[in-house]
Amino acid sequence: MKIYDLGKVTVGLVIFFLVFTFPLYYNMGKATPPPEPNIQTEAIAAMSEPVCVENTEYMRANHMKLLNEWRTSVVRNSNRAYPAFTGVRYEMSLSNTCMECHSNKEKFCDSCHNYAGVSPYCWECHLQPKEMK
Amino acid sequence: MDSTRRSFLKILGVTAAGLTVRPSVEALAMGVKPKGAAPFDNALTAKRWAMAVDVGKFTGETRKAAIEACNKAHNIPHYENHLHEIKWIWEEGYKHTFPGQENEHLPAEIAREPFLVLCNQCVNPPCVRVCPTQATFQRPDGIVMMDYHRCIGCRFCMAGCPYGSRSFNWFDPRQQASLKDAEGNFSPPNPEFPSRTKGVVEKCNFCAERLAKGQMPACVEACKNNELIFGDLDDHESEVSKALRKHFTIRRKPELGTQPQIYYII
Repeated sequence: MKIYDLGKVTVGLVIFFLVFTFPLYYNMGKATPPPEPNIQTEAIAAMSEPVCVENTEYMRANHMKLLNEWRTSVVRNSNRAYPAFTGVRYEMSLSNTCMECHSNKEKFCDSCHNYAGVSPYCWECHLQPKEMK
Repeated sequence: MDSTRRSFLKILGVTAAGLTVRPSVEALAMGVKPKGAAPFDNALTAKRWAMAVDVGKFTGETRKAAIEACNKAHNIPHYENHLHEIKWIWEEGYKHTFPGQENEHLPAEIAREPFLVLCNQCVNPPCVRVCPTQATFQRPDGIVMMDYHRCIGCRFCMAGCPYGSRSFNWFDPRQQASLKDAEGNFSPPNPEFPSRTKGVVEKCNFCAERLAKGQMPACVEACKNNELIFGDLDDHESEVSKALRKHFTIRRKPELGTQPQIYYII
Protein backbone atom coordinates (compact mmCIF):
# COMPACT_ATOMS: atom_id res chain seq x y z
CA MET A 1 0.00 0.00 0.00
CA LYS A 2 1.25 3.41 -0.88
CA ILE A 3 0.31 6.46 1.15
CA TYR A 4 0.39 9.70 -0.79
CA ASP A 5 2.06 12.73 0.89
CA LEU A 6 3.20 10.63 3.85
CA GLY A 7 5.26 13.51 5.22
CA LYS A 8 2.39 15.99 5.23
CA VAL A 9 -0.01 13.44 6.69
CA THR A 10 2.44 12.62 9.49
CA VAL A 11 2.95 16.30 10.32
CA GLY A 12 -0.81 16.79 10.29
CA LEU A 13 -1.38 13.82 12.58
CA VAL A 14 1.26 15.02 15.02
CA ILE A 15 -0.27 18.52 15.13
CA PHE A 16 -3.76 17.03 15.60
CA PHE A 17 -2.52 14.80 18.42
CA LEU A 18 -0.82 17.72 20.18
CA VAL A 19 -3.90 19.96 19.93
CA PHE A 20 -6.28 17.15 20.89
CA THR A 21 -4.37 16.29 24.06
CA PHE A 22 -3.67 19.92 24.95
CA PRO A 23 -6.08 20.00 27.94
CA LEU A 24 -4.36 16.95 29.43
CA TYR A 25 -0.80 18.28 29.59
CA TYR A 26 -1.90 21.90 30.10
CA ASN A 27 -3.74 20.96 33.30
CA MET A 28 -1.21 18.39 34.43
CA GLY A 29 -0.52 18.70 38.14
CA LYS A 30 -3.06 21.47 38.51
CA ALA A 31 -6.06 19.33 39.52
CA THR A 32 -8.59 21.21 41.64
CA PRO A 33 -8.50 19.71 45.12
CA PRO A 34 -11.75 18.01 46.12
CA PRO A 35 -13.97 20.31 48.17
CA GLU A 36 -14.03 20.16 51.94
CA PRO A 37 -17.38 21.41 53.14
CA ASN A 38 -16.77 23.52 56.19
CA ILE A 39 -18.86 22.79 59.27
CA GLN A 40 -17.20 25.36 61.53
CA THR A 41 -20.19 27.42 62.58
CA GLU A 42 -21.27 28.70 65.98
CA ALA A 43 -24.39 26.53 66.07
CA ILE A 44 -22.44 23.37 65.30
CA ALA A 45 -19.64 24.25 67.69
CA ALA A 46 -22.22 24.64 70.46
CA MET A 47 -23.30 21.01 70.03
CA SER A 48 -21.62 18.48 72.30
CA GLU A 49 -21.61 16.05 69.38
CA PRO A 50 -22.35 17.43 65.92
CA VAL A 51 -25.34 15.60 64.44
CA CYS A 52 -27.50 16.27 61.43
CA VAL A 53 -30.97 14.90 60.71
CA GLU A 54 -29.37 11.83 59.14
CA ASN A 55 -25.84 10.48 59.32
CA THR A 56 -23.09 12.14 57.32
CA GLU A 57 -22.82 9.46 54.63
CA TYR A 58 -26.55 9.58 53.96
CA MET A 59 -26.63 13.37 53.87
CA ARG A 60 -23.61 13.58 51.59
CA ALA A 61 -25.16 11.24 49.04
CA ASN A 62 -28.86 12.03 49.38
CA HIS A 63 -29.40 15.54 50.75
CA MET A 64 -30.96 16.63 47.47
CA LYS A 65 -33.44 13.74 47.54
CA LEU A 66 -34.17 14.42 51.20
CA LEU A 67 -34.89 18.08 50.45
CA ASN A 68 -37.17 17.12 47.57
CA GLU A 69 -39.10 14.78 49.81
CA TRP A 70 -39.25 17.36 52.58
CA ARG A 71 -40.78 19.79 50.12
CA THR A 72 -43.46 17.32 49.06
CA SER A 73 -44.15 16.38 52.64
CA VAL A 74 -44.48 19.99 53.83
CA VAL A 75 -46.30 21.56 50.91
CA ARG A 76 -48.49 18.68 49.79
CA ASN A 77 -49.08 16.61 52.91
CA SER A 78 -48.75 19.20 55.69
CA ASN A 79 -46.31 16.93 57.52
CA ARG A 80 -43.71 19.37 58.78
CA ALA A 81 -41.92 17.51 61.59
CA TYR A 82 -39.10 15.13 60.67
CA PRO A 83 -37.99 12.47 63.12
CA ALA A 84 -34.20 12.41 62.84
CA PHE A 85 -32.23 9.22 63.36
CA THR A 86 -31.43 10.51 66.85
CA GLY A 87 -35.15 10.63 67.67
CA VAL A 88 -35.27 14.43 67.82
CA ARG A 89 -38.02 16.01 65.69
CA TYR A 90 -36.97 18.83 63.42
CA GLU A 91 -38.95 21.32 61.40
CA MET A 92 -38.59 20.30 57.76
CA SER A 93 -37.29 23.60 56.47
CA LEU A 94 -34.24 24.46 54.40
CA SER A 95 -33.99 28.07 55.57
CA ASN A 96 -35.09 27.55 59.16
CA THR A 97 -33.51 24.19 60.02
CA CYS A 98 -30.63 23.33 57.65
CA MET A 99 -29.26 26.84 57.45
CA GLU A 100 -29.68 27.37 61.17
CA CYS A 101 -26.64 25.14 61.70
CA HIS A 102 -25.03 25.46 58.29
CA SER A 103 -25.07 29.24 58.36
CA ASN A 104 -21.93 29.35 56.21
CA LYS A 105 -23.51 28.79 52.80
CA GLU A 106 -20.41 29.86 50.85
CA LYS A 107 -18.10 27.46 52.66
CA PHE A 108 -20.61 24.63 53.02
CA CYS A 109 -23.18 24.40 50.20
CA ASP A 110 -21.30 26.34 47.56
CA SER A 111 -17.95 24.58 48.05
CA CYS A 112 -19.29 21.31 46.62
CA HIS A 113 -21.88 22.79 44.30
CA ASN A 114 -19.27 24.94 42.57
CA TYR A 115 -16.86 22.00 42.33
CA ALA A 116 -19.54 19.78 40.80
CA GLY A 117 -20.80 22.57 38.57
CA VAL A 118 -24.36 22.44 39.83
CA SER A 119 -26.35 25.56 40.59
CA PRO A 120 -29.53 24.68 42.48
CA TYR A 121 -32.08 27.50 42.33
CA CYS A 122 -33.26 27.10 45.93
CA TRP A 123 -32.04 30.58 46.79
CA GLU A 124 -34.18 32.46 44.33
CA CYS A 125 -36.98 32.11 46.87
CA HIS A 126 -35.57 30.54 50.04
CA LEU A 127 -33.58 32.92 52.19
CA GLN A 128 -29.92 32.29 52.67
CA PRO A 129 -28.27 33.08 55.99
CA LYS A 130 -26.43 36.15 54.73
CA GLU A 131 -29.78 37.76 54.02
CA MET A 132 -31.18 36.70 57.35
CA LYS A 133 -28.80 38.66 59.57
CA MET B 1 -27.47 -32.65 31.25
CA ASP B 2 -28.66 -32.27 27.73
CA SER B 3 -28.28 -28.57 27.16
CA THR B 4 -29.61 -26.81 24.12
CA ARG B 5 -28.88 -23.33 22.93
CA ARG B 6 -32.52 -22.46 23.68
CA SER B 7 -32.48 -23.56 27.33
CA PHE B 8 -29.11 -21.85 27.86
CA LEU B 9 -30.54 -18.55 26.60
CA LYS B 10 -33.58 -18.96 28.88
CA ILE B 11 -31.38 -19.41 31.95
CA LEU B 12 -29.26 -16.46 30.88
CA GLY B 13 -32.35 -14.29 30.52
CA VAL B 14 -33.79 -15.22 33.91
CA THR B 15 -30.41 -14.62 35.56
CA ALA B 16 -30.06 -11.19 33.97
CA ALA B 17 -33.60 -10.27 35.05
CA GLY B 18 -32.83 -11.48 38.59
CA LEU B 19 -29.75 -9.28 38.79
CA THR B 20 -31.90 -6.19 38.22
CA VAL B 21 -34.17 -6.93 41.18
CA ARG B 22 -31.93 -5.69 43.96
CA PRO B 23 -30.91 -2.36 42.42
CA SER B 24 -34.50 -1.54 41.53
CA VAL B 25 -35.77 -2.42 45.00
CA GLU B 26 -33.03 -0.21 46.47
CA ALA B 27 -33.91 2.63 44.11
CA LEU B 28 -37.57 2.40 45.09
CA ALA B 29 -36.72 2.15 48.77
CA MET B 30 -34.92 5.49 48.52
CA GLY B 31 -38.32 7.07 48.05
CA VAL B 32 -39.59 5.78 51.39
CA LYS B 33 -37.97 8.58 53.37
CA PRO B 34 -39.01 10.80 55.02
CA LYS B 35 -40.38 8.00 57.11
CA GLY B 36 -42.46 9.06 60.06
CA ALA B 37 -42.89 12.68 58.95
CA ALA B 38 -45.91 14.09 60.75
CA PRO B 39 -47.48 17.40 61.71
CA PHE B 40 -46.24 19.07 64.89
CA ASP B 41 -48.24 18.23 67.99
CA ASN B 42 -49.42 21.81 68.48
CA ALA B 43 -50.54 22.25 64.84
CA LEU B 44 -54.03 23.66 64.40
CA THR B 45 -56.10 21.26 62.31
CA ALA B 46 -59.62 21.32 60.94
CA LYS B 47 -61.88 19.63 58.46
CA ARG B 48 -63.01 22.89 56.86
CA TRP B 49 -61.21 26.14 57.62
CA ALA B 50 -63.36 29.22 57.18
CA MET B 51 -63.40 32.87 58.18
CA ALA B 52 -66.13 35.33 59.11
CA VAL B 53 -65.49 39.03 58.55
CA ASP B 54 -67.41 41.15 61.06
CA VAL B 55 -67.73 44.15 58.76
CA GLY B 56 -69.35 46.46 61.34
CA LYS B 57 -66.44 46.16 63.77
CA PHE B 58 -63.81 47.27 61.29
CA THR B 59 -62.25 50.68 61.16
CA GLY B 60 -59.77 52.03 58.65
CA GLU B 61 -56.94 51.36 61.11
CA THR B 62 -57.83 47.74 61.82
CA ARG B 63 -58.13 47.01 58.12
CA LYS B 64 -54.70 48.54 57.56
CA ALA B 65 -53.30 46.58 60.51
CA ALA B 66 -54.57 43.29 59.11
CA ILE B 67 -53.16 43.99 55.65
CA GLU B 68 -49.85 45.16 57.10
CA ALA B 69 -49.57 42.03 59.29
CA CYS B 70 -50.08 39.80 56.25
CA ASN B 71 -47.62 41.75 54.08
CA LYS B 72 -44.97 41.46 56.81
CA ALA B 73 -45.61 37.78 57.53
CA HIS B 74 -45.27 36.82 53.87
CA ASN B 75 -42.64 39.27 52.62
CA ILE B 76 -45.03 40.83 50.14
CA PRO B 77 -43.47 43.70 48.18
CA HIS B 78 -45.23 46.99 47.57
CA TYR B 79 -45.68 48.26 44.02
CA GLU B 80 -46.81 51.78 43.18
CA ASN B 81 -48.26 50.62 39.86
CA HIS B 82 -51.51 48.81 40.62
CA LEU B 83 -51.01 46.61 37.54
CA HIS B 84 -47.98 45.07 39.25
CA GLU B 85 -49.27 44.85 42.80
CA ILE B 86 -49.24 41.65 44.87
CA LYS B 87 -52.39 41.19 46.92
CA TRP B 88 -53.09 38.55 49.54
CA ILE B 89 -55.57 40.55 51.59
CA TRP B 90 -56.70 44.00 50.52
CA GLU B 91 -59.49 46.59 50.57
CA GLU B 92 -62.24 46.62 47.98
CA GLY B 93 -65.32 48.83 47.62
CA TYR B 94 -68.86 47.46 47.99
CA LYS B 95 -69.67 47.32 44.29
CA HIS B 96 -66.58 45.24 43.51
CA THR B 97 -66.93 43.06 46.58
CA PHE B 98 -70.59 42.21 46.02
CA PRO B 99 -71.30 43.00 42.36
CA GLY B 100 -74.93 42.73 41.32
CA GLN B 101 -76.13 43.77 44.76
CA GLU B 102 -75.68 47.51 44.45
CA ASN B 103 -79.13 48.51 45.64
CA GLU B 104 -79.84 52.15 45.10
CA HIS B 105 -80.50 52.91 48.76
CA LEU B 106 -77.72 51.45 50.85
CA PRO B 107 -76.70 52.43 54.36
CA ALA B 108 -74.02 55.09 54.07
CA GLU B 109 -71.31 53.07 55.85
CA ILE B 110 -71.86 50.09 53.55
CA ALA B 111 -71.67 52.18 50.41
CA ARG B 112 -68.68 54.19 51.63
CA GLU B 113 -66.45 51.89 53.68
CA PRO B 114 -64.24 49.37 51.89
CA PHE B 115 -64.36 45.66 52.71
CA LEU B 116 -61.45 43.38 53.50
CA VAL B 117 -61.19 40.75 50.78
CA LEU B 118 -58.84 37.80 50.42
CA CYS B 119 -58.72 34.39 48.78
CA ASN B 120 -62.07 32.75 49.45
CA GLN B 121 -60.57 29.26 49.85
CA CYS B 122 -63.47 27.95 47.77
CA VAL B 123 -64.91 24.49 48.23
CA ASN B 124 -65.02 24.25 44.40
CA PRO B 125 -61.94 26.27 43.46
CA PRO B 126 -61.84 27.13 39.73
CA CYS B 127 -58.12 27.93 40.02
CA VAL B 128 -57.39 24.31 40.98
CA ARG B 129 -59.40 23.00 38.03
CA VAL B 130 -57.53 25.08 35.47
CA CYS B 131 -53.98 24.71 36.80
CA PRO B 132 -52.13 22.58 34.24
CA THR B 133 -49.30 21.57 36.59
CA GLN B 134 -51.24 21.00 39.82
CA ALA B 135 -49.19 23.79 41.38
CA THR B 136 -52.46 24.91 42.94
CA PHE B 137 -54.29 22.25 44.84
CA GLN B 138 -56.82 21.84 47.60
CA ARG B 139 -55.84 20.38 50.94
CA PRO B 140 -58.24 18.05 52.76
CA ASP B 141 -58.88 20.83 55.30
CA GLY B 142 -60.11 23.12 52.51
CA ILE B 143 -57.08 25.39 52.15
CA VAL B 144 -56.32 26.10 48.51
CA MET B 145 -52.52 25.93 48.51
CA MET B 146 -49.83 26.84 46.04
CA ASP B 147 -46.67 24.90 45.38
CA TYR B 148 -44.47 27.64 43.97
CA HIS B 149 -41.94 25.01 42.90
CA ARG B 150 -44.38 23.78 40.30
CA CYS B 151 -45.87 27.06 39.11
CA ILE B 152 -44.96 27.82 35.51
CA GLY B 153 -46.58 31.25 35.53
CA CYS B 154 -49.21 30.49 32.88
CA ARG B 155 -51.79 32.57 34.82
CA PHE B 156 -54.72 30.30 33.95
CA CYS B 157 -55.60 30.43 37.66
CA MET B 158 -55.77 34.22 37.54
CA ALA B 159 -58.23 33.99 34.66
CA GLY B 160 -60.14 31.28 36.53
CA CYS B 161 -60.45 33.08 39.87
CA PRO B 162 -63.65 35.16 39.94
CA TYR B 163 -62.42 37.19 42.92
CA GLY B 164 -59.11 38.57 41.66
CA SER B 165 -57.38 36.88 44.57
CA ARG B 166 -54.27 35.96 42.63
CA SER B 167 -51.28 38.08 41.73
CA PHE B 168 -48.50 37.52 39.24
CA ASN B 169 -44.89 38.41 39.94
CA TRP B 170 -43.99 40.54 36.96
CA PHE B 171 -40.72 41.45 38.68
CA ASP B 172 -38.30 39.88 41.11
CA PRO B 173 -39.80 40.74 44.51
CA ARG B 174 -36.30 40.89 46.01
CA GLN B 175 -35.44 43.84 43.81
CA GLN B 176 -38.30 45.95 45.16
CA ALA B 177 -37.45 48.91 47.37
CA SER B 178 -40.06 47.91 49.97
CA LEU B 179 -38.14 44.70 50.75
CA LYS B 180 -34.71 46.33 50.86
CA ASP B 181 -32.85 47.86 53.77
CA ALA B 182 -31.14 51.26 53.80
CA GLU B 183 -28.05 49.82 52.12
CA GLY B 184 -30.08 48.36 49.27
CA ASN B 185 -29.75 44.72 50.34
CA PHE B 186 -32.72 42.37 50.32
CA SER B 187 -34.00 42.34 53.86
CA PRO B 188 -37.34 40.57 54.29
CA PRO B 189 -39.55 41.50 57.24
CA ASN B 190 -40.10 37.82 58.05
CA PRO B 191 -36.86 35.86 57.63
CA GLU B 192 -38.63 32.57 58.30
CA PHE B 193 -40.83 32.79 55.20
CA PRO B 194 -39.44 32.54 51.67
CA SER B 195 -39.87 35.21 49.05
CA ARG B 196 -41.29 34.33 45.67
CA THR B 197 -39.51 34.53 42.37
CA LYS B 198 -40.28 36.39 39.18
CA GLY B 199 -42.82 34.55 37.02
CA VAL B 200 -44.94 32.75 39.62
CA VAL B 201 -48.48 33.46 40.77
CA GLU B 202 -49.15 33.87 44.48
CA LYS B 203 -52.11 34.27 46.80
CA CYS B 204 -53.34 33.98 50.38
CA ASN B 205 -52.66 30.55 51.90
CA PHE B 206 -54.77 31.03 55.07
CA CYS B 207 -51.37 31.13 56.82
CA ALA B 208 -50.86 27.38 56.45
CA GLU B 209 -47.29 27.84 57.74
CA ARG B 210 -48.57 29.50 60.93
CA LEU B 211 -51.39 26.98 61.51
CA ALA B 212 -48.74 24.25 61.34
CA LYS B 213 -47.02 25.87 64.34
CA GLY B 214 -50.22 26.40 66.31
CA GLN B 215 -50.60 30.08 65.47
CA MET B 216 -53.68 31.83 64.09
CA PRO B 217 -53.41 33.55 60.70
CA ALA B 218 -51.51 36.84 60.79
CA CYS B 219 -54.53 38.98 59.82
CA VAL B 220 -56.70 37.34 62.48
CA GLU B 221 -54.01 37.91 65.10
CA ALA B 222 -53.69 41.57 64.08
CA CYS B 223 -57.42 42.19 64.66
CA LYS B 224 -57.60 42.44 68.45
CA ASN B 225 -61.38 42.90 68.64
CA ASN B 226 -62.49 39.65 66.94
CA GLU B 227 -63.13 41.48 63.67
CA LEU B 228 -61.98 38.34 61.87
CA ILE B 229 -63.30 35.05 63.20
CA PHE B 230 -61.33 32.05 62.02
CA GLY B 231 -62.02 28.40 62.69
CA ASP B 232 -63.37 25.03 61.69
CA LEU B 233 -66.83 25.03 60.12
CA ASP B 234 -67.04 21.29 60.65
CA ASP B 235 -66.82 21.86 64.40
CA HIS B 236 -70.25 22.92 65.67
CA GLU B 237 -68.75 24.65 68.69
CA SER B 238 -66.05 26.65 66.93
CA GLU B 239 -66.22 30.45 67.10
CA VAL B 240 -66.82 30.75 63.37
CA SER B 241 -69.68 28.21 63.44
CA LYS B 242 -71.30 30.07 66.32
CA ALA B 243 -70.90 33.39 64.51
CA LEU B 244 -72.53 32.01 61.38
CA ARG B 245 -75.47 30.66 63.40
CA LYS B 246 -75.91 33.94 65.22
CA HIS B 247 -75.54 36.44 62.36
CA PHE B 248 -76.84 36.69 58.84
CA THR B 249 -73.88 36.53 56.46
CA ILE B 250 -73.32 37.04 52.76
CA ARG B 251 -70.59 35.72 50.51
CA ARG B 252 -68.93 37.02 47.37
CA LYS B 253 -70.57 35.89 44.11
CA PRO B 254 -72.28 32.80 45.60
CA GLU B 255 -74.21 32.33 42.36
CA LEU B 256 -71.05 31.01 40.70
CA GLY B 257 -71.15 27.87 42.81
CA THR B 258 -67.56 28.12 44.03
CA GLN B 259 -68.76 27.96 47.67
CA PRO B 260 -66.49 30.67 49.07
CA GLN B 261 -65.45 30.15 52.68
CA ILE B 262 -65.15 33.81 53.66
CA TYR B 263 -68.42 34.97 55.21
CA TYR B 264 -69.30 38.65 55.65
CA ILE B 265 -71.38 39.60 58.70
CA ILE B 266 -73.21 42.71 57.50
